[in-house]
Amino acid sequence: MAQIFGKSSTSFARASLVGGVSGFFGFWGLVYLIYWSPYTTNQYVPREQEVPFSHEHHVAGLGLDCRYCHTSVEKSSFAGIPPTETCMTCHSRVWTDAPMLAPERQSLATSQPLHWKRVNDLPDFVFFNHSIHIQKGIGCSTCHGPVNQMPLTWKAHSLYMRWCLDCHEAPEKQMRPKDQIYNMEWQPPPDQAERGAQLLKDYHVSQQRLTQLRDCSMCHR
Amino acid sequence: MKEAAQVEQVKHTKPAPALDLAAIRARLNGERGQHYWRSLEEIAETKEFQEMLHREFPAGASEWWDGLSRRNFLKMAAATLALSGLTACTKQPTREIYPYVKQPAGLVLGEPLYYASSMLLGGFATGVLAKSREGHPIKVDGNPEHPSSLGGSSVWMQTSILDLYDPDRSQTVTHWGEISTWALFLSDLNDLLLEQAARKGAGLRFLTETVTSPTLAAQLHDLLKRFPGATWHQYDPITRDNVREGARLAFGEFVETRYRFDKAAVILALDADFLYTHPERLRFTRHFADGRRVAAGKKEMNRLYLVESTPSVTGTMAEHRLPLASSEIETFAWEVVRAMGGPVRMANEQPLSKLQTKDGSPWIRKEAVAQWLAALVRDLKQHEGASIVIAGEWQPPVVHALAHWLNQALGNAGKTVDYLEPTEAHPINQLQSLRELVQDMESETVDTLFILGGNPVYTAPADLQFGQHLAKVKRSIHLGLAQDETAGSSTWHIPQTHYLESWGDARSFDGTVSLMQPLIAPLYGGKSAYELLGAMVQQQPIRGDYEIVRDFWRGQNFWPDFEISWRQALHDGFIQGSGAPPKQVKLKADLLESLPRGGEPASGGITVEPAVGSQSAKQETAFPQVSPRSFKVLSGDIEVNFRPDPNLWDGRFANNGWLQECPKPVSKLCWDNAILISPALAQSGNLTTGDVVELSLGGRSLRGPVWVMPGQAPNAVTLHLGYGRSRVGRVGAGVGFDAYALRTSAALWFERGGKIVPTGQTHLLVTTQAHHQLGSPDREVYRSGTLNQYLANSSFVKSSVEIPNMDETLYYPDEYQYAGYKWGMSIDLTTCIGCNACLVACEAENNIPVVGKDQVHRNREMFWIRVDTYFKGPLDNPEFDHMPVPCMQCEHAPCELVCPVEATVHDSEGLNLQVYQRCVGTRFCSNNCPYKVRRFNFLRYSPYDKPWREPMYNPEVTVRWRGVMEKCTYCIQRISAARITAEKENRRIRESELRTACQQACPAEAIVFGDLNDPDSKVARLKAHPLDYSMLGQLNTRPRTTYLAKLQNPGPQTDQGLGGA
Amino acid sequence: METIQGSEPQMLVQGQPYPVTPLGYPAEMIGAQETYERVSDQITDEPLHHPHQKLWLAGFTVAFLMLIMFGVAVGYLLWRGVGIWGIKIPVAWGFAIVNFVWWIGIGHAGTFISAILLLLLQKWRTTINRFTEAMTLFAVMCAGIFPLLHLGRPWIFYFLLPYPDTMALWPQFRSPLVWDIFAVSTYFTVSLLFWYMGVVPDLATVRDKARTKWKRILYGLGSLGWRGSARHWQHHQSAYLLLGGLATPLVLSVHSVVSFDFSVAQLPGWHSTIFPPYFVAGAIYSGFAMVLNLMIPIRRIYGLQNLITTRTLNNMACVTLATCWMVAYGYIMEAFMAWYSGDVFEQAMMRDRAFGPYGWVFWLLMTVNVIIPQLLWSRWVRTHDIALFFVALSANIGMWLERFVIVVQSLHHDFVPSSWAMYYPTVWDWATLFGSIGLFLTLQFLFIRYIPMISISESRELIAQRKEGRL
Repeated sequence: MAQIFGKSSTSFARASLVGGVSGFFGFWGLVYLIYWSPYTTNQYVPREQEVPFSHEHHVAGLGLDCRYCHTSVEKSSFAGIPPTETCMTCHSRVWTDAPMLAPERQSLATSQPLHWKRVNDLPDFVFFNHSIHIQKGIGCSTCHGPVNQMPLTWKAHSLYMRWCLDCHEAPEKQMRPKDQIYNMEWQPPPDQAERGAQLLKDYHVSQQRLTQLRDCSMCHR
Repeated sequence: MKEAAQVEQVKHTKPAPALDLAAIRARLNGERGQHYWRSLEEIAETKEFQEMLHREFPAGASEWWDGLSRRNFLKMAAATLALSGLTACTKQPTREIYPYVKQPAGLVLGEPLYYASSMLLGGFATGVLAKSREGHPIKVDGNPEHPSSLGGSSVWMQTSILDLYDPDRSQTVTHWGEISTWALFLSDLNDLLLEQAARKGAGLRFLTETVTSPTLAAQLHDLLKRFPGATWHQYDPITRDNVREGARLAFGEFVETRYRFDKAAVILALDADFLYTHPERLRFTRHFADGRRVAAGKKEMNRLYLVESTPSVTGTMAEHRLPLASSEIETFAWEVVRAMGGPVRMANEQPLSKLQTKDGSPWIRKEAVAQWLAALVRDLKQHEGASIVIAGEWQPPVVHALAHWLNQALGNAGKTVDYLEPTEAHPINQLQSLRELVQDMESETVDTLFILGGNPVYTAPADLQFGQHLAKVKRSIHLGLAQDETAGSSTWHIPQTHYLESWGDARSFDGTVSLMQPLIAPLYGGKSAYELLGAMVQQQPIRGDYEIVRDFWRGQNFWPDFEISWRQALHDGFIQGSGAPPKQVKLKADLLESLPRGGEPASGGITVEPAVGSQSAKQETAFPQVSPRSFKVLSGDIEVNFRPDPNLWDGRFANNGWLQECPKPVSKLCWDNAILISPALAQSGNLTTGDVVELSLGGRSLRGPVWVMPGQAPNAVTLHLGYGRSRVGRVGAGVGFDAYALRTSAALWFERGGKIVPTGQTHLLVTTQAHHQLGSPDREVYRSGTLNQYLANSSFVKSSVEIPNMDETLYYPDEYQYAGYKWGMSIDLTTCIGCNACLVACEAENNIPVVGKDQVHRNREMFWIRVDTYFKGPLDNPEFDHMPVPCMQCEHAPCELVCPVEATVHDSEGLNLQVYQRCVGTRFCSNNCPYKVRRFNFLRYSPYDKPWREPMYNPEVTVRWRGVMEKCTYCIQRISAARITAEKENRRIRESELRTACQQACPAEAIVFGDLNDPDSKVARLKAHPLDYSMLGQLNTRPRTTYLAKLQNPGPQTDQGLGGA
Repeated sequence: METIQGSEPQMLVQGQPYPVTPLGYPAEMIGAQETYERVSDQITDEPLHHPHQKLWLAGFTVAFLMLIMFGVAVGYLLWRGVGIWGIKIPVAWGFAIVNFVWWIGIGHAGTFISAILLLLLQKWRTTINRFTEAMTLFAVMCAGIFPLLHLGRPWIFYFLLPYPDTMALWPQFRSPLVWDIFAVSTYFTVSLLFWYMGVVPDLATVRDKARTKWKRILYGLGSLGWRGSARHWQHHQSAYLLLGGLATPLVLSVHSVVSFDFSVAQLPGWHSTIFPPYFVAGAIYSGFAMVLNLMIPIRRIYGLQNLITTRTLNNMACVTLATCWMVAYGYIMEAFMAWYSGDVFEQAMMRDRAFGPYGWVFWLLMTVNVIIPQLLWSRWVRTHDIALFFVALSANIGMWLERFVIVVQSLHHDFVPSSWAMYYPTVWDWATLFGSIGLFLTLQFLFIRYIPMISISESRELIAQRKEGRL
C-alpha cells in the first residue's frame, strides 16, 4: 500500500524540533517584553483628565513650586493633592470663565470633589513615604521624571519593584544636595560618585541604613 | 440561624458521657510538682475527651454558615478572584483620587490626628485618646493623663470603634416601627410639651442609666423645675445599689470609696472583681500590678485573699482563693469581723459549721475554712493601715458595711482607703426607682416616658415585666444606639450618637470631669441625649450638643478665662483638678449592732434524683439530642448567680463581633454564654460541658448549655447576662441564651433554690482553648514560683533548661548584625491579669478579621496575640495562670528557612517579616513554628469590600486576603513611622515614641517592648532580670519575646483542704 | 538435574506443574511455546482490535466518573479556598500533602524496574517495564497536582520558579519545597523520555499492522519514522542504556528530596536523619505493590500469563518483601531514636503516635504495612496471583496511612500544648483523594487501550535469547 509519510515529513520532523525549541523561548521572551512595555506599565502614556491640567505650563511656564500644590510632601507619606480651593486662589481671577476649567468651578459650587485619574499609583500593599525621600536627598524628578515638560502628566518609570530596588541598592547614585530636590532639570553630574559618597554622610545615612534599605519591611507591612 | 442549627445537628450526635470527676480529683491530688492542665477532660484523659475535643463535624459537614460568613458568600469568590489579579499577571487597574474641595486646617493627609475624649460604661467616664486618619476614627486607646485610665484600655474601650461603624446600628427615627423623621418627632414633641405644660408634667417620666454628666443632670433638673409633676428615674442593669446602700448603712450617707492598691500589702476581696468590673478597673489594675512587680532589688509583693463564687479575672490573681457561694460570703464576712474582735450577734454561734459541708458538696472542709480564715486575719492584723478589705457590687449592703467596719478597724481609712463625694449626679436606689416607675406605668399614670439610652425592656428584672407595662404608656420615646428590644416597643425611637460622634461630659469614678468630643459627624444622623432634652427646652433654633455642653461650663464660671481653659480642657480630655477631694466620714457607732442579724447560711445539701422523663422533654429546639445518659435532676440548695458578661457586659455589646469572638478570660468560651457549674455539681448531676439543661428558679426557667468551671463554688451556678437578645443585629442574632429571664428584682445577683433538669440535649460550645490538651510539666513552657523561692535563689527559673550556643545553626550564626535597632519584648506573667485588652487592641490595630463561631471551632481564630490560661492544682480550687503569646520574633526563626518564596524573611532589626503579597500559602512556616503563633486565611475572612468596614481599617496595615499567612509583626507600621520621624531629625527613636498596640493597651503594663541595643531601655533591663526566660529556648530559636516567670506571694499557711478531697 | 536435599522441588500453578529452579523458585521467564509472531499478535491485538470491549468500557466509566468528581472538588477548592478542607492551625498540612507523597512514592517502581534492573541485567523486567513506566508517569502526574492545589493562592504558583521577574526576587533555595520542584519535574521529564524511547519501536510495529488510515497516521507520527534498521537499533539501544544510567540516581534522589520537606523542619516526628533512605524504600515498596495491583487483573483478563509469568510475579513479590523490611526498620529506628535521644518532645511524640487519639491509625498501619506482607514468605502466596493482589493492596493502603501518620500526627501534638488540636478530613478531602485515583485509573485505561502495554521488541528479544539458550 501507499506510504503515508512522504520524503518531506523527515524535514518536517527536523523543522519541528528547531521550531519547538525556539518557539518556547520566543514565547516567554515576548511575554517578558510585554511586561516591561508601556502597554503594561503605562509608562510615557499621557493620562486624559477631567481638567486637562498642564504641569508644563504651571511649573515651567509660571514657575510654581511643587509644594504650592503638593503641600504635605515634606511632612507626610502622601505628597498631597490640591483641594479645589488651591486652584481657585488664582483661577477665581484668571481664566475665570475658561470652559476647560468648568469642572473646577462646578466642584467649588457644588463642593463635589474633582475626579483625577491616578498616574503614579502603587498597589495598596506598598507603603511609600514621600517625606523621608525628600529629607534624604531624593528629588521629585528622580521618580516622577521631567514633570515640567508634561502637558498632560504621564508615568515616567515602570514603578516595578525591581526599579525601586535599583535605587535602594545604591541611593547615592541619585542623591542630590538639599537645594536641588525640586529642580526638575537635575541630572547626576559626572562626579556623582564622590558627591554621592559625601551626600550619604551629610544626610546621616549609615552603612547599616544602606543595608536596611533592602529589607522587605521598608515598603511592605 | 436555621442553618446553624442544622449544622450542629450534624455536628455531634455522639453521646458525651460525663467525666469521672472523682478520678480526676484523685489524680490531681496525687500530682507532684507543678502539673498544669488546660481542661477537665484533658486531665481525665478520657476517650470522651478526644470526642469532646472536637465535637468535630463528621467528615462531610464542611459548611460554615454562621452569622458572619453567610453574609458574604458570593462576594467572597468574586473578590478573591479579583484579588488574585492583584498579584498574578495582570495589568494594574486605573484608580481615581478625589481631593478635598476645602481641606480642613491642620489636617495633613497621610498623618494621623489624635483627640482626647471619654468613653462611658455604667455611667462612669474613662479618658480615651482616639486616633483619626483622613477624618475617620480608626483606633481608641487609653488617655495616659486621665486619672481613671492612666493609658490602659479595657476590651470595651478597644472594641468601641467597631460599634461606631456597625452597619446594624439604628439609622433612622422610627414611629410605631415605621420610618419617620426628626422633624415629625419635633412636632409631636411640641404637642406633648403643651399637654404636659398644662398638667405640670404629671405623667411625664424620664428613665436614664446612671448619670454622672453635669450638663445632662442640669438639663434634667431644669426640666423637672418646668414640670414639677415629672420624675427622673435611673436604672442600670449592672447597678451599684449595694455599694450605695452599704455606705449608707455604714456612714449614714452615700460616699464613694477609693482604694489605693499601690499602698496595700494585704488585700481581702469579698466577691469583688475590682480588676475587671469595677468602674475604676484600669487604675486599680495598674496599682495592683505595681504592688506585685518584683523589680530588681524590690523584695515585697502584695498578697490577695479572695472569696468568690465563680472564678473572676481578679480571682485568677489571688494567692489564696476560697470558693464560697455568694450567699455564704456574708457569713464569712461576719466571721472575719468576729475574729477581728467585733461584737457579733449571729443567728447561731457557729455559722461556719453551716458552710457547705460534705453532704452539700464533696470537698470543702470547715476546719480548712477556719484555718484559712485564721491565717487571713493574722495577716490582716499584721498589716494594719496597709491592708484593704473590698466588697463586690454583687454582695448585699451588709457585707459592704462590714467591709467598711473592717477598714476602719484595721486603720486603713485615710491610708489605703479614702472616701469621696459621690460622683453620680443623682445617686439613688436604682432598683427602687425602677420599681416606682413600673408601678406608675401599671397604674397608667405615666403617659409620656423618655428612655434616654439603655435597653430596659431587655435588661429590667423579669418580674417587673417592663416590656408589657411600656405598652400601656401613651407616648414612649426611646433614644438608643440600636433598634433594640426597647426601641421595638416604644412609640418613638431616636437613633443615638456614638460617643465618638457627639459632644458631652461625664465624671470618672474619682469625680474628674471628662469631656467628649466628636471625631466624625454622626454617621447615621443620630442625636445625643443633650440635643433631645435641649429640644424640649428650645427649638428655635435647635441647639447642638456642642453649644449645650459649652454653655453649661461657661455658666459654671470657675475659670478666670473660659476660652483658654476650655480649649485646654478639650485638649486634655478632662478638667484638671476637678476630682473630688477626700471626705471625712464617721462610721456609725453602733454599726454592727444596728445591722440586720448575721445572714442565715444555707442548710446545705442538694437533692439528687434520677432524671425521670427528662428525655421526654423534647420541645422544638435547635439542640440535637444525645443518647440518654444516667442524668440526675439537681435541686435544693443550688445558688444561681447573675454576672455581667466579661465581653458583652449587660448585652449592649451583643452586636460587636470583636467582643463576641474574644475568648472569655477564664473559660476561653466565645460566641456563647453558658451555665457555669462546679465540677462537684457536674459530678452529682452526671453532667458534662455542652449538656443542655433546664435551669429553673422561683417559677421561671431557661434552657442553656452547661460549662464545668474549675474553681466554681460547689453549689453555685453562674449565668452571664447579655446574650439571647431578641432584637439585635446580624452578629448577635441567635447567640446564647437570655439570663435576664431568671433575674428578678428580689435577687439581682444571686438566689438559692435553683433546680437543674437535664434535657438530654447538647449544644456546641466553642472555645479557643478547651480543644487544647495539656502537656507534661517537663516542657517548661510556663514557669512560676513563689516570692520566697525567688528571694532564696533569684534565678531559679533559669536553672531548669539549657540554651544551646548561638552558633549551633546550619547557617551563618552572624548572618545578621542588628547594628541599628534590635527590637525585643518582655511579658511579665506575674502582673498579667488575662483581661484580653492586648488581644482586642491588636485586632483593632492590625485589621484582624472576625471569623465566626464555626471557624473558631475549626481552630482558625486569627488572633495575633492569644492569652493562654493554664490551671494548676486541685480541680475545685485551682491556681490560674495567664500567658499572652504573640510572635516570638526568633533570631533563628524556623519559619524563615522553609518558606519557598521568601515571604517570611528576617530583617536587619531582627523582625520576622511576613510579606503578604509574596505569600503563596504553603503553610510550611506555620508547621515549623514551635509556638504556633501564625494565622492563616483559610477562607476570605476580611470583609474588605464592605463599605462599613473600609473606613475603620488601619491604612498603615495591609488587609490580608484569602490564602495568605499572617502573624504578629511587633506593630511594624508603628516602628517604621517612628523610624522615619527620627531619621528626619537625624536621631534615634526615643523609647517613649514607640509602643506596640498590646503594650499600649495593657492596663497592668505587663508587656514591655523596646530596643535591646539601648542598655537603659526598660526592655533591656527586664531581659537582664533573673526571672527572664525564653519559651522553648532549648530549641535555639532565640526568641526576641521572652517572659518574666510568674511569682506569687502565698502566706505562711497552706490552703490544704480547699479543694483537696 | 541435581538439587539440594536430592528431592525435586515441586510447584503447581493453577493445578499444572510448573518448572522451578533448583532452589525452588519458579523458573519460566516467558511461555515455552512463544514465538515472534504470537507475541507481536497478542500484544498488538489490544491497540488494534480492542478485545474485552465491555469490560474495558465498564472500568473506564467508573474511573472517568471519579475523575469528574476530582474536577468538581478542585473547582470548588479554587473557588472557596483551602478552608474547605479539614486543615487548621496547627495541622496546616492535610490530605493534599499525604496524597502527594503517596503518589510520588508509587511513581518510583517504574524507573526502578526499567533503569536499575536494566543495569543489573534482570531479564524478568522486560515484560513488565513498559506497563510500570506508564504507571509511574501517571502517578507522578497525580502527585504533581497536589502541591499546586494545596497552595493558599495556587494562581501564583510560579513564584516558586526561578525566573527573571519584575520584583528582582528569586525563590528561597534554602527551602526544600523549592528543591521538590526541581526533583519532581526532572524525574518526570526523564521518566517520560525513557518510556517513550522504549515505545517507539513498538508503535512502529502497531503502525505496520494497522489497517485503518488514521491509526497508521497516528501511530506513524508516534513512531517518528522508525524503520527498524540496524542503525536505528544501534542508536536506540545506546540511548536507552544512557537514559537508564541517567534515571538511576533520580530514583534515589526524588524521594530523598521529598523526605527533606519533613526532615528539614524541627518538628518532632519530622526532624529525623533516617528519612531519605526510609522514604525511598517505602516508595519502591508502594510502587511495586501498585504495579501488582494493576497488573494482576490485566494479566488475567488479557490472558498474559505466558508473558508476565509466575516467575515475574514471584520476583516482584520478593522485592516487595525486601523493601517492606527496610520500611519496618525505619519504624523501629524512629521509635528507638525517640527513646535514645532523651528529648522530651520526641518521646511525647512517639507516645502520642502509639497511644494518642490517633493511635488506632498507627496500629492499623503496622498491621497492613508490616505484618500482613509477611505472608510473602510463603511461595504459595508469592505465586498465587489473587493472594498476591490482596497483600499488595494492603501494602498500598499501609503506605498511605504511613504518610498520614507522619504528616498529621506529628503536627497535631507539637511543642506548646495550648495549640494542640485534632484533624478531621472533610468530604472535600476524601473527594480529592479518590478523585486523584480516578485520574490515575483513567490514564491507565487509556494507556492499555492505545499503547502496546508490553514491550514487543524486548519480549521477542527474550525469545531470541531462549533460542540461543541464553535464558
